[in-house]
Amino acid sequence: MSEEIKVTAEEVDALHTRLDQEAEASGYHLNPDVEHTKELVKGLLTNEKRYAYWACPCRLASGVKEQDLDIICPCDYRDPDLSEYGTCYCALYVSEEVLKGEKKLGSIPERRPSLKDRKKAKSKSTSPDISSLSQTVWRCKVCGYLCAREEPPGICPICKAKKERFERFI
Amino acid sequence: MDVKHVKGKDKGHIMMFALSTCGWCKKTKRLLNELGVEYHYTDVDLLEGKKKEGAMEDLERWNPKFTFPTLVVKNKCIVGYDEEKIKEAIGV
Ligand code: SF4
Repeated sequence: MSEEIKVTAEEVDALHTRLDQEAEASGYHLNPDVEHTKELVKGLLTNEKRYAYWACPCRLASGVKEQDLDIICPCDYRDPDLSEYGTCYCALYVSEEVLKGEKKLGSIPERRPSLKDRKKAKSKSTSPDISSLSQTVWRCKVCGYLCAREEPPGICPICKAKKERFERFI
Repeated sequence: MDVKHVKGKDKGHIMMFALSTCGWCKKTKRLLNELGVEYHYTDVDLLEGKKKEGAMEDLERWNPKFTFPTLVVKNKCIVGYDEEKIKEAIGV
């Protein structure tokens, strides 16, 4: 069994505050159930220490960043889950209705495709012909933000996802 | 597989596949503790090598989607935190 990873209450509080501010600034909301939310923030910090990236606390990470890009928090599935269920898979992020207490939370189904399907999708993805465009259009896989430029931005201006989460859109 | 044992009232065999970092797994463990029932669990993310493979093989038989928590109560499988279903399966 791996050694237990220590995360202090101060680290959790600091990241919780930061995520809350970032979420509110960009139209997202953290789950008002602070006890639950802080458990998840602790999970993120634990995963940062053992994998060096924020693997989703509620999914089993492979430990290989390339294979886990889609589940680095905020994951590729957060926004569709917020729209459909009012919560992300872990219930770290919730919709406005949930925030206002108009909707009760519970576990939701897993949207992430199985390993086999993820591999299949990867080998199939092709980009359309871009030769006639002066710039490449990049899409943030987390929030859908689009921008036309040579390279994707270092950090998504909307949801703060990192450069590696962008895909070529056109 | 490293299986932890939590003592309590014997309500039939209860086994839980969990992750040490997952919020819904924590809620499930809390519920079982509150109910005071005897159960077993393993935090799959804390396992390595053969032990992890073994746990994943076991889990696959119940839940091929490998999601957590997966609770097996007397041969009935409950995926995710669902208080009503869990209580019903345990019979409390
Ligand atoms: S946004 Fe995605 S990765 Fe982050 S906690 Fe929610 S489900 Fe997990």
